[in-house]
Amino acid sequence: MTDIATYNFAYLDEQTKRMIRRAILKGIAIPGYQVPFASREMPMPYGWGTGGVQVTASIIGPDDVLKVIDQGADDTTNAVSIRAFFKKVANVAVTTETATATIIQTRHRIPEHPLTAGQVLVFQVPIPEPLRFLEPRETETRKMHALEEYGLMHVKLYEDIAKHGRIATTYAYPVKVEGRYVMDPSPTPKFDNPKMHRSPALQLFGAGREKRIYAVPPFTDVVSLDFEDHPFEVQTFDQPCALCGAENVYLDEVILDDHGGHMFVCSDTDHCEKRRSAPPSPLWGGRAEGAGGRDLATTLATPSSALRADPPRMGEGKEAE
Amino acid sequence: MTDEPLLRVSALSKFYGSRVGCENISFDLWPGEVLAVVGESGSGKTTLLNCLSTRLLPSSGTASYRMRDDQWRELYRMSEAERRFLMRTDWGFVHQNPADGLRMTVSAGANVGERLMAVGDRHYGRIRATAVDWLSRVEIDEDRIDDEPRAFSGGMRQRLQIARNLVTGPRLVFMDEPTGGLDVSVQARLLDLLRGLVTDLGLAAIVVTHDLAVARLLSQRMMVMKDGRVVESGLTDRVLDDPRAPYTQLLVSSILQV
Repeated sequence: MTDIATYNFAYLDEQTKRMIRRAILKGIAIPGYQVPFASREMPMPYGWGTGGVQVTASIIGPDDVLKVIDQGADDTTNAVSIRAFFKKVANVAVTTETATATIIQTRHRIPEHPLTAGQVLVFQVPIPEPLRFLEPRETETRKMHALEEYGLMHVKLYEDIAKHGRIATTYAYPVKVEGRYVMDPSPTPKFDNPKMHRSPALQLFGAGREKRIYAVPPFTDVVSLDFEDHPFEVQTFDQPCALCGAENVYLDEVILDDHGGHMFVCSDTDHCEKRRSAPPSPLWGGRAEGAGGRDLATTLATPSSALRADPPRMGEGKEAE
Repeated sequence: MTDEPLLRVSALSKFYGSRVGCENISFDLWPGEVLAVVGESGSGKTTLLNCLSTRLLPSSGTASYRMRDDQWRELYRMSEAERRFLMRTDWGFVHQNPADGLRMTVSAGANVGERLMAVGDRHYGRIRATAVDWLSRVEIDEDRIDDEPRAFSGGMRQRLQIARNLVTGPRLVFMDEPTGGLDVSVQARLLDLLRGLVTDLGLAAIVVTHDLAVARLLSQRMMVMKDGRVVESGLTDRVLDDPRAPYTQLLVSSILQV
Protein backbone atom coordinates (compact mmCIF):
# COMPACT_ATOMS: atom_id res chain seq x y z
CA MET A 1 0.00 0.00 0.00
CA THR A 2 3.00 2.29 -0.29
CA ASP A 3 1.65 3.73 -3.51
CA ILE A 4 -1.17 5.45 -1.68
CA ALA A 5 0.91 6.61 1.28
CA THR A 6 0.68 10.14 -0.05
CA TYR A 7 -3.09 10.14 0.37
CA ASN A 8 -4.66 11.27 3.60
CA PHE A 9 -6.93 8.85 5.46
CA ALA A 10 -10.13 8.44 3.41
CA TYR A 11 -8.69 10.30 0.41
CA LEU A 12 -9.83 13.85 1.27
CA ASP A 13 -7.46 16.19 3.13
CA GLU A 14 -8.44 17.22 6.63
CA GLN A 15 -9.37 20.80 5.68
CA THR A 16 -11.80 19.54 3.08
CA LYS A 17 -13.30 17.10 5.55
CA ARG A 18 -13.80 19.90 8.06
CA MET A 19 -15.52 22.00 5.42
CA ILE A 20 -17.82 19.12 4.51
CA ARG A 21 -18.50 18.29 8.17
CA ARG A 22 -19.51 21.91 8.75
CA ALA A 23 -21.96 21.62 5.87
CA ILE A 24 -23.26 18.34 7.28
CA LEU A 25 -23.71 19.85 10.75
CA LYS A 26 -25.58 22.77 9.27
CA GLY A 27 -27.72 20.37 7.28
CA ILE A 28 -28.53 18.40 10.42
CA ALA A 29 -29.38 21.62 12.26
CA ILE A 30 -31.82 22.64 9.51
CA PRO A 31 -33.42 19.36 8.39
CA GLY A 32 -34.10 19.28 4.66
CA TYR A 33 -32.25 22.52 3.89
CA GLN A 34 -29.75 22.30 1.03
CA VAL A 35 -26.39 23.53 2.29
CA PRO A 36 -23.98 24.64 -0.45
CA PHE A 37 -20.48 23.23 -0.10
CA ALA A 38 -17.25 23.35 -2.07
CA SER A 39 -17.55 19.99 -3.76
CA ARG A 40 -14.17 18.53 -4.75
CA GLU A 41 -13.05 16.65 -7.80
CA MET A 42 -13.15 12.96 -6.97
CA PRO A 43 -11.43 10.13 -8.81
CA MET A 44 -14.72 9.18 -10.46
CA PRO A 45 -17.08 10.93 -12.86
CA TYR A 46 -20.03 13.04 -11.76
CA GLY A 47 -23.12 10.91 -11.54
CA TRP A 48 -21.22 8.01 -10.01
CA GLY A 49 -21.73 9.21 -6.48
CA THR A 50 -19.15 11.94 -5.98
CA GLY A 51 -21.40 13.68 -3.45
CA GLY A 52 -22.03 10.53 -1.45
CA VAL A 53 -18.36 9.59 -1.52
CA GLN A 54 -17.34 12.98 -0.17
CA VAL A 55 -19.87 12.76 2.65
CA THR A 56 -18.75 9.23 3.50
CA ALA A 57 -15.07 10.21 3.36
CA SER A 58 -15.72 13.07 5.78
CA ILE A 59 -17.52 11.01 8.41
CA ILE A 60 -15.75 7.65 8.16
CA GLY A 61 -13.35 6.56 10.91
CA PRO A 62 -11.00 3.56 11.19
CA ASP A 63 -13.56 1.65 13.29
CA ASP A 64 -16.44 2.08 10.89
CA VAL A 65 -17.94 -0.76 8.91
CA LEU A 66 -19.00 0.33 5.45
CA LYS A 67 -21.70 -1.05 3.20
CA VAL A 68 -22.29 0.33 -0.28
CA ILE A 69 -25.37 -0.40 -2.35
CA ASP A 70 -26.44 0.59 -5.81
CA GLN A 71 -30.17 0.13 -6.56
CA GLY A 72 -30.27 -2.12 -3.50
CA ALA A 73 -27.50 -4.42 -4.77
CA ASP A 74 -24.08 -4.88 -3.16
CA ASP A 75 -22.59 -6.47 -6.25
CA THR A 76 -23.04 -3.87 -8.98
CA THR A 77 -20.14 -1.93 -10.51
CA ASN A 78 -20.78 1.28 -8.67
CA ALA A 79 -21.16 -0.40 -5.27
CA VAL A 80 -18.17 -2.65 -5.74
CA SER A 81 -15.84 0.12 -6.83
CA ILE A 82 -16.85 2.58 -4.10
CA ARG A 83 -16.44 -0.19 -1.51
CA ALA A 84 -13.01 -1.03 -2.93
CA PHE A 85 -12.12 2.65 -2.93
CA PHE A 86 -12.73 3.06 0.79
CA LYS A 87 -11.09 -0.23 1.57
CA LYS A 88 -8.02 1.10 -0.16
CA VAL A 89 -7.91 4.73 1.02
CA ALA A 90 -9.28 4.24 4.54
CA ASN A 91 -8.54 0.58 5.17
CA VAL A 92 -11.93 0.16 6.82
CA ALA A 93 -13.91 -3.00 7.28
CA VAL A 94 -16.55 -3.49 4.63
CA THR A 95 -19.65 -5.61 4.71
CA THR A 96 -22.74 -6.37 2.72
CA GLU A 97 -24.79 -6.90 5.86
CA THR A 98 -27.18 -4.06 6.63
CA ALA A 99 -27.35 -4.86 10.33
CA THR A 100 -23.61 -4.74 11.02
CA ALA A 101 -22.74 -1.70 8.91
CA THR A 102 -22.21 1.63 10.64
CA ILE A 103 -22.21 3.66 7.42
CA ILE A 104 -24.30 2.67 4.42
CA GLN A 105 -23.72 4.59 1.23
CA THR A 106 -26.62 4.11 -1.11
CA ARG A 107 -27.77 4.93 -4.55
CA HIS A 108 -31.54 4.78 -5.09
CA ARG A 109 -32.61 2.46 -2.24
CA ILE A 110 -33.03 2.24 1.50
CA PRO A 111 -32.28 -1.29 2.77
CA GLU A 112 -35.24 -3.50 3.68
CA HIS A 113 -33.69 -4.41 7.04
CA PRO A 114 -34.79 -1.71 9.51
CA LEU A 115 -32.00 0.71 10.34
CA THR A 116 -31.06 1.34 13.94
CA ALA A 117 -29.80 4.26 16.00
CA GLY A 118 -26.12 4.91 15.36
CA GLN A 119 -26.22 3.93 11.72
CA VAL A 120 -25.68 6.57 9.03
CA LEU A 121 -27.28 6.31 5.62
CA VAL A 122 -25.46 8.34 2.94
CA PHE A 123 -27.43 9.03 -0.24
CA GLN A 124 -25.91 9.84 -3.61
CA VAL A 125 -28.01 12.64 -5.06
CA PRO A 126 -27.99 13.71 -8.72
CA ILE A 127 -30.39 16.69 -8.51
CA PRO A 128 -31.02 17.96 -5.00
CA GLU A 129 -33.58 20.61 -5.95
CA PRO A 130 -37.13 19.20 -5.89
CA LEU A 131 -38.46 22.31 -7.65
CA ARG A 132 -35.88 22.24 -10.44
CA PHE A 133 -37.99 20.96 -13.30
CA LEU A 134 -40.79 23.32 -12.43
CA GLU A 135 -38.68 26.41 -11.85
CA PRO A 136 -35.36 26.53 -13.66
CA ARG A 137 -33.96 29.61 -11.88
CA GLU A 138 -31.82 28.76 -8.85
CA THR A 139 -32.31 32.28 -7.42
CA GLU A 140 -36.05 31.74 -7.56
CA THR A 141 -36.08 28.24 -6.06
CA ARG A 142 -33.92 29.38 -3.16
CA LYS A 143 -36.35 32.22 -2.54
CA MET A 144 -39.25 29.78 -2.70
CA HIS A 145 -37.59 27.57 -0.08
CA ALA A 146 -36.83 30.60 2.09
CA LEU A 147 -40.41 31.86 1.92
CA GLU A 148 -41.89 28.35 2.11
CA GLU A 149 -43.73 28.80 -1.19
CA TYR A 150 -44.35 25.23 -2.12
CA GLY A 151 -47.59 25.53 -4.09
CA LEU A 152 -45.64 24.67 -7.22
CA MET A 153 -44.78 21.21 -5.90
CA HIS A 154 -48.47 20.41 -5.85
CA VAL A 155 -48.80 21.73 -9.39
CA LYS A 156 -46.58 18.83 -10.42
CA LEU A 157 -48.73 16.33 -8.54
CA TYR A 158 -51.85 17.96 -10.03
CA GLU A 159 -50.39 17.44 -13.50
CA ASP A 160 -49.77 13.79 -12.70
CA ILE A 161 -53.37 13.21 -11.71
CA ALA A 162 -54.70 15.22 -14.66
CA LYS A 163 -52.61 13.19 -17.09
CA HIS A 164 -52.59 9.73 -15.53
CA GLY A 165 -55.52 9.68 -13.15
CA ARG A 166 -53.23 9.18 -10.17
CA ILE A 167 -49.98 10.52 -8.81
CA ALA A 168 -47.62 8.88 -11.29
CA THR A 169 -44.38 10.06 -9.69
CA THR A 170 -42.72 6.85 -8.55
CA TYR A 171 -39.24 7.98 -7.57
CA ALA A 172 -37.74 11.21 -6.22
CA TYR A 173 -41.16 11.70 -4.67
CA PRO A 174 -41.15 15.06 -2.86
CA VAL A 175 -41.35 15.03 0.93
CA LYS A 176 -41.76 17.71 3.57
CA VAL A 177 -39.20 17.46 6.34
CA GLU A 178 -40.18 18.42 9.89
CA GLY A 179 -43.05 20.52 8.54
CA ARG A 180 -40.75 23.02 6.88
CA TYR A 181 -38.52 22.23 3.90
CA VAL A 182 -39.65 20.33 0.84
CA MET A 183 -36.89 17.90 -0.03
CA ASP A 184 -36.01 15.54 -2.86
CA PRO A 185 -35.32 12.16 -1.25
CA SER A 186 -32.92 11.43 -4.17
CA PRO A 187 -34.18 9.00 -6.82
CA THR A 188 -35.22 6.34 -4.34
CA PRO A 189 -38.52 4.67 -5.24
CA LYS A 190 -41.41 6.19 -3.31
CA PHE A 191 -41.69 2.73 -1.76
CA ASP A 192 -38.85 3.81 0.52
CA ASN A 193 -40.33 7.18 1.52
CA PRO A 194 -42.13 5.82 4.60
CA LYS A 195 -38.83 4.36 5.83
CA MET A 196 -37.40 7.86 6.10
CA HIS A 197 -40.15 9.01 8.45
CA ARG A 198 -38.89 9.08 12.03
CA SER A 199 -36.01 6.75 11.14
CA PRO A 200 -33.62 6.12 14.04
CA ALA A 201 -30.67 6.35 11.63
CA LEU A 202 -29.06 9.60 10.51
CA GLN A 203 -29.67 10.26 6.81
CA LEU A 204 -27.19 12.39 4.88
CA PHE A 205 -27.53 13.46 1.25
CA GLY A 206 -24.61 14.51 -0.92
CA ALA A 207 -24.88 16.01 -4.42
CA GLY A 208 -21.37 16.37 -5.83
CA ARG A 209 -22.06 18.00 -9.15
CA GLU A 210 -24.72 20.34 -7.74
CA LYS A 211 -22.56 21.04 -4.66
CA ARG A 212 -25.27 20.59 -2.06
CA ILE A 213 -25.49 18.62 1.17
CA TYR A 214 -28.67 18.08 3.15
CA ALA A 215 -29.68 15.88 6.02
CA VAL A 216 -32.51 14.28 7.93
CA PRO A 217 -31.56 13.79 11.59
CA PRO A 218 -32.84 10.71 13.44
CA PHE A 219 -36.52 10.70 14.43
CA THR A 220 -37.47 13.52 12.07
CA ASP A 221 -40.86 13.77 10.42
CA VAL A 222 -40.64 13.05 6.69
CA VAL A 223 -44.05 13.32 5.08
CA SER A 224 -44.75 12.63 1.41
CA LEU A 225 -46.78 15.35 -0.29
CA ASP A 226 -50.22 14.45 -1.59
CA PHE A 227 -53.79 15.62 -2.08
CA GLU A 228 -56.62 14.98 0.37
CA ASP A 229 -58.53 13.05 -2.28
CA HIS A 230 -55.41 11.40 -3.76
CA PRO A 231 -53.40 10.27 -0.75
CA PHE A 232 -49.80 9.08 -0.98
CA GLU A 233 -49.42 5.39 -1.77
CA VAL A 234 -46.40 3.15 -2.20
CA GLN A 235 -45.92 0.64 -4.97
CA THR A 236 -47.38 -2.82 -4.34
CA PHE A 237 -46.43 -6.05 -6.05
CA ASP A 238 -48.86 -8.84 -6.77
CA GLN A 239 -46.31 -11.59 -6.38
CA PRO A 240 -43.49 -12.28 -3.92
CA CYS A 241 -39.76 -12.35 -4.69
CA ALA A 242 -39.07 -15.25 -7.08
CA LEU A 243 -35.94 -16.23 -5.15
CA CYS A 244 -36.74 -15.82 -1.47
CA GLY A 245 -40.51 -15.43 -1.52
CA ALA A 246 -40.40 -12.15 0.39
CA GLU A 247 -43.52 -10.02 0.32
CA ASN A 248 -43.88 -6.30 0.94
CA VAL A 249 -40.37 -5.61 -0.33
CA TYR A 250 -39.29 -3.68 -3.39
CA LEU A 251 -38.80 -5.96 -6.41
CA ASP A 252 -36.70 -5.60 -9.55
CA GLU A 253 -37.73 -7.14 -12.83
CA VAL A 254 -35.06 -9.46 -14.21
CA ILE A 255 -35.24 -10.42 -17.89
CA LEU A 256 -34.34 -14.08 -18.33
CA ASP A 257 -34.33 -14.58 -22.10
CA ASP A 258 -35.44 -12.91 -25.28
CA HIS A 259 -38.83 -14.64 -25.31
CA GLY A 260 -40.49 -12.50 -22.70
CA GLY A 261 -39.30 -14.61 -19.77
CA HIS A 262 -38.78 -12.54 -16.68
CA MET A 263 -39.06 -12.70 -12.93
CA PHE A 264 -39.31 -10.36 -10.03
CA VAL A 265 -36.64 -10.53 -7.36
CA CYS A 266 -35.72 -8.51 -4.28
CA SER A 267 -33.89 -5.32 -5.18
CA ASP A 268 -32.10 -5.56 -1.83
CA THR A 269 -29.61 -8.39 -2.49
CA ASP A 270 -28.43 -8.64 1.12
CA HIS A 271 -32.00 -9.05 2.34
CA CYS A 272 -32.68 -11.70 -0.29
CA GLU A 273 -29.51 -13.70 0.41
CA LYS A 274 -30.08 -13.60 4.17
CA ARG A 275 -33.52 -15.05 3.71
CA ARG A 276 -32.33 -17.80 1.38
CA SER A 277 -29.41 -18.89 3.55
CA ALA A 278 -31.38 -18.88 6.78
CA PRO A 279 -33.19 -22.05 7.83
CA PRO A 280 -36.83 -22.03 6.72
CA SER A 281 -38.95 -20.23 9.21
CA PRO A 282 -42.72 -20.32 9.39
CA LEU A 283 -42.59 -16.55 9.82
CA TRP A 284 -41.10 -16.08 6.41
CA GLY A 285 -43.16 -18.75 4.68
CA GLY A 286 -43.36 -19.55 1.01
CA ARG A 287 -39.70 -20.45 0.80
CA ALA A 288 -40.15 -24.14 0.16
CA GLU A 289 -42.84 -24.05 -2.49
CA GLY A 290 -42.97 -22.67 -6.01
CA ALA A 291 -40.19 -20.47 -7.27
CA GLY A 292 -39.21 -19.65 -3.70
CA GLY A 293 -35.92 -21.24 -2.74
CA ARG A 294 -34.73 -21.68 -6.29
CA ASP A 295 -31.53 -19.74 -6.64
CA LEU A 296 -30.80 -17.32 -9.43
CA ALA A 297 -28.25 -19.56 -11.11
CA THR A 298 -30.72 -22.43 -11.38
CA THR A 299 -33.37 -20.14 -12.74
CA LEU A 300 -31.05 -18.66 -15.30
CA ALA A 301 -29.85 -22.11 -16.32
CA THR A 302 -33.40 -23.33 -16.90
CA PRO A 303 -34.02 -23.69 -20.65
CA SER A 304 -36.16 -20.86 -21.85
CA SER A 305 -38.66 -23.35 -23.29
CA ALA A 306 -39.43 -24.52 -19.78
CA LEU A 307 -40.15 -20.97 -18.77
CA ARG A 308 -42.22 -20.39 -21.88
CA ALA A 309 -44.45 -23.32 -21.02
CA ASP A 310 -46.18 -21.07 -18.55
CA PRO A 311 -45.18 -17.57 -19.53
CA PRO A 312 -45.95 -14.96 -16.94
CA ARG A 313 -48.20 -12.18 -18.08
CA MET A 314 -46.31 -9.07 -19.12
CA GLY A 315 -46.55 -6.36 -16.56
CA GLU A 316 -47.36 -8.81 -13.81
CA GLY A 317 -45.98 -7.61 -10.55
CA LYS A 318 -45.58 -4.05 -11.74
CA GLU A 319 -46.89 -1.38 -9.48
CA ALA A 320 -50.59 -1.53 -8.92
CA GLU A 321 -52.25 0.86 -11.28
CA MET B 1 -67.96 51.44 -2.76
CA THR B 2 -66.52 52.64 0.48
CA ASP B 3 -65.34 56.13 1.20
CA GLU B 4 -61.77 55.00 1.54
CA PRO B 5 -59.46 54.38 -1.39
CA LEU B 6 -57.80 51.01 -1.97
CA LEU B 7 -54.42 52.34 -3.00
CA ARG B 8 -52.76 55.65 -2.22
CA VAL B 9 -49.74 56.68 -4.20
CA SER B 10 -47.80 59.81 -3.40
CA ALA B 11 -44.81 61.39 -5.09
CA LEU B 12 -43.59 58.13 -6.59
CA SER B 13 -40.39 58.42 -8.62
CA LYS B 14 -38.13 55.90 -10.23
CA PHE B 15 -34.77 56.82 -11.74
CA TYR B 16 -32.50 54.58 -13.73
CA GLY B 17 -29.22 56.26 -12.88
CA SER B 18 -29.69 59.81 -14.13
CA ARG B 19 -32.46 58.81 -16.50
CA VAL B 20 -36.07 59.28 -15.43
CA GLY B 21 -38.36 56.26 -15.38
CA CYS B 22 -41.31 58.05 -13.85
CA GLU B 23 -41.35 61.11 -11.65
CA ASN B 24 -43.56 62.49 -8.91
CA ILE B 25 -46.68 60.41 -9.55
CA SER B 26 -49.52 60.74 -7.07
CA PHE B 27 -53.05 59.35 -7.21
CA ASP B 28 -55.66 57.42 -5.25
CA LEU B 29 -57.45 54.36 -6.54
CA TRP B 30 -60.86 53.42 -5.19
CA PRO B 31 -62.27 49.89 -4.95
CA GLY B 32 -63.95 48.82 -8.16
CA GLU B 33 -62.37 51.59 -10.15
CA VAL B 34 -60.46 51.06 -13.38
CA LEU B 35 -57.65 53.50 -14.02
CA ALA B 36 -56.00 53.62 -17.43
CA VAL B 37 -52.46 54.86 -17.83
CA VAL B 38 -51.83 55.93 -21.40
CA GLY B 39 -48.90 57.43 -23.22
CA GLU B 40 -46.43 56.64 -25.92
CA SER B 41 -43.63 54.07 -25.69
CA GLY B 42 -40.98 55.09 -23.21
CA SER B 43 -43.26 57.44 -21.30
CA GLY B 44 -42.80 55.49 -18.07
CA LYS B 45 -46.13 53.64 -18.00
CA THR B 46 -44.65 50.24 -17.45
CA THR B 47 -42.10 51.51 -14.94
CA LEU B 48 -44.96 52.99 -12.95
CA LEU B 49 -46.92 49.73 -13.13
CA ASN B 50 -43.92 47.69 -12.05
CA CYS B 51 -43.30 50.03 -9.11
CA LEU B 52 -46.93 49.84 -8.01
CA SER B 53 -46.99 46.07 -8.23
CA THR B 54 -43.71 45.97 -6.23
CA ARG B 55 -41.92 44.21 -9.04
CA LEU B 56 -39.58 47.21 -8.96
CA LEU B 57 -38.67 49.32 -5.96
CA PRO B 58 -39.09 53.07 -6.57
CA SER B 59 -36.32 55.56 -5.92
CA SER B 60 -38.58 57.69 -3.73
CA GLY B 61 -42.20 58.14 -2.79
CA THR B 62 -44.71 55.91 -1.05
CA ALA B 63 -47.65 53.70 -1.91
CA SER B 64 -50.08 52.37 0.69
CA TYR B 65 -52.59 49.61 0.21
CA ARG B 66 -55.68 48.89 2.25
CA MET B 67 -55.54 45.19 3.13
CA ARG B 68 -58.64 43.01 3.44
CA ASP B 69 -58.74 43.68 7.18
CA ASP B 70 -58.87 47.45 6.40
CA GLN B 71 -55.34 47.97 7.72
CA TRP B 72 -53.23 50.34 5.66
CA ARG B 73 -49.84 48.94 4.77
CA GLU B 74 -47.02 50.73 3.07
CA LEU B 75 -46.03 48.56 0.14
CA TYR B 76 -42.34 49.24 0.11
CA ARG B 77 -41.97 48.57 3.83
CA MET B 78 -43.57 45.15 3.68
CA SER B 79 -41.34 42.09 3.81
CA GLU B 80 -40.75 40.22 0.60
CA ALA B 81 -42.76 37.28 1.90
CA GLU B 82 -45.77 39.53 2.55
CA ARG B 83 -45.46 41.20 -0.84
CA ARG B 84 -45.27 37.89 -2.65
CA PHE B 85 -48.26 36.64 -0.69
CA LEU B 86 -50.20 39.77 -1.65
CA MET B 87 -49.18 39.25 -5.28
CA ARG B 88 -50.70 35.81 -5.43
CA THR B 89 -53.83 36.37 -3.39
CA ASP B 90 -55.23 39.88 -3.34
CA TRP B 91 -53.55 41.08 -6.53
CA GLY B 92 -53.25 39.96 -10.09
CA PHE B 93 -50.82 40.87 -12.82
CA VAL B 94 -51.73 40.38 -16.46
CA HIS B 95 -48.67 40.55 -18.70
CA GLN B 96 -48.70 41.75 -22.27
CA ASN B 97 -47.07 38.50 -23.34
CA PRO B 98 -49.06 35.62 -21.83
CA ALA B 99 -45.92 33.44 -21.82
CA ASP B 100 -44.54 35.72 -19.07
CA GLY B 101 -47.53 35.18 -16.84
CA LEU B 102 -48.28 31.52 -17.54
CA ARG B 103 -46.44 28.32 -16.91
CA MET B 104 -46.18 27.14 -20.47
CA THR B 105 -45.20 23.58 -19.61
CA VAL B 106 -48.11 22.66 -17.36
CA SER B 107 -51.75 22.22 -18.33
CA ALA B 108 -54.34 24.99 -18.37
CA GLY B 109 -56.01 23.48 -15.32
CA ALA B 110 -52.78 23.52 -13.34
CA ASN B 111 -52.16 27.10 -14.44
CA VAL B 112 -55.49 28.15 -13.00
CA GLY B 113 -55.07 25.94 -9.93
CA GLU B 114 -51.55 27.06 -9.04
CA ARG B 115 -52.65 30.03 -6.94
CA LEU B 116 -55.13 27.86 -5.07
CA MET B 117 -52.44 25.33 -4.26
CA ALA B 118 -50.11 28.16 -3.29
CA VAL B 119 -52.55 29.30 -0.64
CA GLY B 120 -52.93 25.79 0.71
CA ASP B 121 -55.76 24.07 -1.16
CA ARG B 122 -54.94 20.37 -1.10
CA HIS B 123 -58.08 18.84 -2.59
CA TYR B 124 -57.62 17.82 -6.22
CA GLY B 125 -61.33 17.54 -7.00
CA ARG B 126 -62.09 21.00 -5.66
CA ILE B 127 -59.13 22.60 -7.45
CA ARG B 128 -60.19 21.03 -10.71
CA ALA B 129 -63.80 22.07 -10.32
CA THR B 130 -62.70 25.66 -9.71
CA ALA B 131 -60.45 25.50 -12.76
CA VAL B 132 -63.32 24.24 -14.92
CA ASP B 133 -65.52 27.03 -13.64
CA TRP B 134 -62.93 29.69 -14.39
CA LEU B 135 -62.12 28.38 -17.82
CA SER B 136 -65.80 28.61 -18.74
CA ARG B 137 -65.93 32.16 -17.38
CA VAL B 138 -63.14 33.15 -19.76
CA GLU B 139 -64.79 31.22 -22.60
CA ILE B 140 -62.30 28.38 -22.85
CA ASP B 141 -63.86 24.97 -23.53
CA GLU B 142 -63.75 22.55 -20.63
CA ASP B 143 -62.15 19.87 -22.81
CA ARG B 144 -59.05 22.05 -23.17
CA ILE B 145 -58.34 21.87 -19.43
CA ASP B 146 -55.54 19.31 -19.78
CA ASP B 147 -53.88 21.01 -22.74
CA GLU B 148 -50.74 23.03 -22.27
CA PRO B 149 -51.00 26.75 -23.06
CA ARG B 150 -48.48 26.14 -25.85
CA ALA B 151 -51.35 24.58 -27.77
CA PHE B 152 -53.51 27.69 -27.29
CA SER B 153 -53.93 30.66 -29.60
CA GLY B 154 -52.77 34.11 -28.47
CA GLY B 155 -56.25 35.19 -27.46
CA MET B 156 -56.88 31.99 -25.50
CA ARG B 157 -53.56 32.32 -23.71
CA GLN B 158 -54.44 35.84 -22.68
CA ARG B 159 -57.83 34.69 -21.40
CA LEU B 160 -56.18 31.82 -19.54
CA GLN B 161 -53.77 34.28 -17.95
CA ILE B 162 -56.70 36.36 -16.79
CA ALA B 163 -58.44 33.31 -15.30
CA ARG B 164 -55.24 32.31 -13.54
CA ASN B 165 -55.03 35.73 -11.94
CA LEU B 166 -58.67 36.04 -10.92
CA VAL B 167 -59.08 32.60 -9.34
CA THR B 168 -58.21 33.79 -5.83
CA GLY B 169 -60.68 36.67 -6.06
CA PRO B 170 -58.16 39.53 -6.06
CA ARG B 171 -59.30 43.09 -5.37
CA LEU B 172 -56.69 44.78 -7.53
CA VAL B 173 -55.39 43.72 -10.92
CA PHE B 174 -52.51 45.26 -12.82
CA MET B 175 -52.63 44.92 -16.58
CA ASP B 176 -49.79 45.71 -18.91
CA GLU B 177 -51.14 46.13 -22.45
CA PRO B 178 -53.60 43.25 -22.02
CA THR B 179 -54.70 43.42 -25.65
CA GLY B 180 -51.30 44.08 -27.21
CA GLY B 181 -50.38 41.72 -30.00
CA LEU B 182 -53.92 40.45 -30.59
CA ASP B 183 -55.87 41.03 -33.77
CA VAL B 184 -58.80 43.42 -33.57
CA SER B 185 -61.67 40.93 -33.40
CA VAL B 186 -59.92 38.97 -30.65
CA GLN B 187 -59.15 42.26 -28.93
CA ALA B 188 -62.81 43.22 -29.02
CA ARG B 189 -63.85 39.89 -27.48
CA LEU B 190 -61.19 40.14 -24.80
CA LEU B 191 -62.19 43.68 -23.92
CA ASP B 192 -65.81 42.66 -23.71
CA LEU B 193 -64.85 39.78 -21.42
CA LEU B 194 -62.62 41.96 -19.26
CA ARG B 195 -65.28 44.62 -18.93
CA GLY B 196 -67.79 42.00 -17.84
CA LEU B 197 -65.44 40.43 -15.30
CA VAL B 198 -64.35 43.77 -13.86
CA THR B 199 -67.97 44.83 -13.39
CA ASP B 200 -69.17 41.48 -12.03
CA LEU B 201 -66.35 41.08 -9.55
CA GLY B 202 -66.02 44.74 -8.61
CA LEU B 203 -62.32 44.63 -9.38
CA ALA B 204 -60.11 47.64 -9.16
CA ALA B 205 -57.62 47.69 -12.00
CA ILE B 206 -54.73 49.72 -13.29
CA VAL B 207 -54.45 49.22 -17.03
CA VAL B 208 -51.40 50.37 -18.90
CA THR B 209 -52.09 50.81 -22.59
CA HIS B 210 -51.11 52.87 -25.57
CA ASP B 211 -54.46 52.10 -27.14
CA LEU B 212 -56.93 54.86 -26.34
CA ALA B 213 -59.84 52.63 -27.37
CA VAL B 214 -58.92 50.19 -24.61
CA ALA B 215 -58.84 53.05 -22.13
CA ARG B 216 -62.21 54.30 -23.35
CA LEU B 217 -63.88 50.89 -23.06
CA LEU B 218 -62.42 49.71 -19.77
CA SER B 219 -61.60 52.64 -17.59
CA GLN B 220 -63.46 55.25 -15.64
CA ARG B 221 -60.46 57.42 -15.08
CA MET B 222 -57.21 57.90 -16.94
CA MET B 223 -53.77 59.41 -16.59
CA VAL B 224 -51.79 60.58 -19.61
CA MET B 225 -48.03 60.22 -19.23
CA LYS B 226 -45.18 61.76 -21.16
CA ASP B 227 -41.48 61.59 -20.37
CA GLY B 228 -42.14 60.02 -17.00
CA ARG B 229 -44.61 62.63 -15.81
CA VAL B 230 -48.38 62.80 -15.71
CA VAL B 231 -49.45 65.53 -18.13
CA GLU B 232 -53.17 65.18 -17.66
CA SER B 233 -55.59 63.09 -15.62
CA GLY B 234 -59.32 62.93 -15.15
CA LEU B 235 -62.45 61.04 -16.11
CA THR B 236 -61.79 59.02 -19.24
CA ASP B 237 -64.60 60.51 -21.26
CA ARG B 238 -63.63 64.03 -20.28
CA VAL B 239 -59.95 63.51 -21.18
CA LEU B 240 -60.71 61.89 -24.51
CA ASP B 241 -63.51 64.20 -25.57
CA ASP B 242 -62.03 67.41 -24.26
CA PRO B 243 -58.28 67.01 -23.99
CA ARG B 244 -56.59 69.99 -22.38
CA ALA B 245 -52.87 69.34 -22.45
CA PRO B 246 -51.28 69.83 -25.87
CA TYR B 247 -49.79 66.34 -25.72
CA THR B 248 -53.17 64.75 -25.00
CA GLN B 249 -54.69 66.70 -27.88
CA LEU B 250 -51.95 65.34 -30.12
CA LEU B 251 -52.51 61.81 -28.83
CA VAL B 252 -56.28 61.95 -29.35
CA SER B 253 -55.94 63.43 -32.81
CA SER B 254 -53.45 60.74 -33.77
CA ILE B 255 -56.07 58.01 -33.67
CA LEU B 256 -56.58 56.63 -37.15
CA GLN B 257 -60.13 56.80 -38.36
CA VAL B 258 -61.19 53.95 -40.56
